[in-house]
Amino acid sequence: MTSGGASGAVLKLDEPVSFWGGIGPEGDIIDVHHPQHGAVVTGRILVMRSGRGSSSGTYVLAELLRLGIAPAGIVLTEPDGIIATGALVAAELYDTAMPIVTVSEADYQRIEDGVGMAITMDEDVAILTLAG
Amino acid sequence: MSLTLTEHEQAMLEGEQGPAVALSMRIITELGRIRGATELVDIDSVHIDGCIFYGQAGLDFAQKLVALGGQVRVPTTVNVGSVDLIHPHLILQNTERERWVAQGGRDLMQAYVDLGCRQTWTCAPYQMDSRPEVGRHIAWAESNAIVFANSVIGARTDRYGDFVDIAAAITGKAPRGGLHLDSERQGDVVLDCTSLSPETLALDVTYPVLGYLAGAIAGTTNPVFVGLPSDVSEDALKAVGAAAASSGGVALFHVVGRTPEAPTLEAALGSHVDAPVHHITAQRLNAARQELSTAREDKLDAVSLGTPHASVDEIAETYAAVVGGPPLADGVAFYISTGRSVFAEAERRGLVQPLEEWGVTFVLDTCTYVTSILRPGTRTVMTNSGKWAHYAPGNMGVDVVLATLDECVQSATTGVVTWNRELFT
Repeated sequence: MTSGGASGAVLKLDEPVSFWGGIGPEGDIIDVHHPQHGAVVTGRILVMRSGRGSSSGTYVLAELLRLGIAPAGIVLTEPDGIIATGALVAAELYDTAMPIVTVSEADYQRIEDGVGMAITMDEDVAILTLAG
Repeated sequence: MSLTLTEHEQAMLEGEQGPAVALSMRIITELGRIRGATELVDIDSVHIDGCIFYGQAGLDFAQKLVALGGQVRVPTTVNVGSVDLIHPHLILQNTERERWVAQGGRDLMQAYVDLGCRQTWTCAPYQMDSRPEVGRHIAWAESNAIVFANSVIGARTDRYGDFVDIAAAITGKAPRGGLHLDSERQGDVVLDCTSLSPETLALDVTYPVLGYLAGAIAGTTNPVFVGLPSDVSEDALKAVGAAAASSGGVALFHVVGRTPEAPTLEAALGSHVDAPVHHITAQRLNAARQELSTAREDKLDAVSLGTPHASVDEIAETYAAVVGGPPLADGVAFYISTGRSVFAEAERRGLVQPLEEWGVTFVLDTCTYVTSILRPGTRTVMTNSGKWAHYAPGNMGVDVVLATLDECVQSATTGVVTWNRELFT
């Protein structure tokens, strides 16, 4: 969806998180109802089935990118306008590059929490490489 | 199918109308591609949500648009900000973070004024003089405004949010997708309320609880209510929508016999003739209200009304409930959040001064759950808003009871939280 490469350890969420109200100013999951409450998204390849929650998530994601505490990349199974526009605005303002990739359900199932992942872009095609 | 732009739109994207329009067009077309739209649609109005301060990025974005010469080209209203510009002393500035939000919030609100927005500062733009028309396309942000515009007015907006909102205002365009399309506006799930008693259907607090249940059941799909009174008030529908957009992601609901796209159940459902039916019973309503009411203590610290912003009718109902009755108990704060235009009308009707003398604090331009207004040490708050009850425990660290206006007022005069847990029948 969005250009730029990235690599990092996968943080695979059991359920989607809302950036607004879900991710705190330290890059951690602050939604107390979220099963991975307390996990830190900074520098991780955030893998979740979809986006979620308030459309002010665009603003919060752009702020995380400005502060350098955003995920390194985001992998979803369906495109999400909130995440995409947050990343786009941060790119316009701060020249950040956080790849956002949409994968099939089958590929989503194959990605395990904690493994290393590299995202490289070739034209409009994203290549995901899993390590160990 | 990919997104196709007209020659005129392509020129806007390429900078023919300046860099602010080009930047805004990049955002609109990117969103259009993601939502699978094949073309853009002209919009009549925009409601902005990006004016609440969550950090430097939003301020940088708005100020960049100002610096690039950006101006809105359709009538544009603004949601609440982080500051009450009329009563700035209401915003606490005791901590470094509170001071940062107060200053950043003020600068952000100014940037949106510089971009040509009307200084409405309300989450309820539909309570103002000019409203969108049935069937017309608009680009509104703020979940309660979106659901009200779609459901009660019958205008058409998809779910827009921060940054996209001002980009739509500067271009006058939005992607033709989502709830702009007939096919996306059909009902998806039926909520049968016919078993509820007339007494329950006449209570104010029934509607935020109904909305809360509707959001939990429908998620992001379109619920259809059957069995509600055909004269149910706009304030009640406002409460339904705000709660349904909080507990779920509802952006459109229908009330058969009441809302514009639901003269009959068949019309509301369209091709979704096999939509599942859920029976909303008094028992489910009582359980939902108990779930939302987190308070464990009897001592009441505050009452907060007006989320979404109170209408003139709601202020008049509060007036009727308090003026001439017992005084506000010591140590209890009583807030009503509303917009400037409604406040001015309430003043004209002579409602404001007696309420203030009784002890009401009017909060304008902002809301008690998005910024630091509640006094430090506030633990238990009663509200008649499902949205406030949903968000305030997380945002403000308080406990709540979702209650009728009468329960709120009675508790405010005694200082003791009093509510009927089995209210619905």
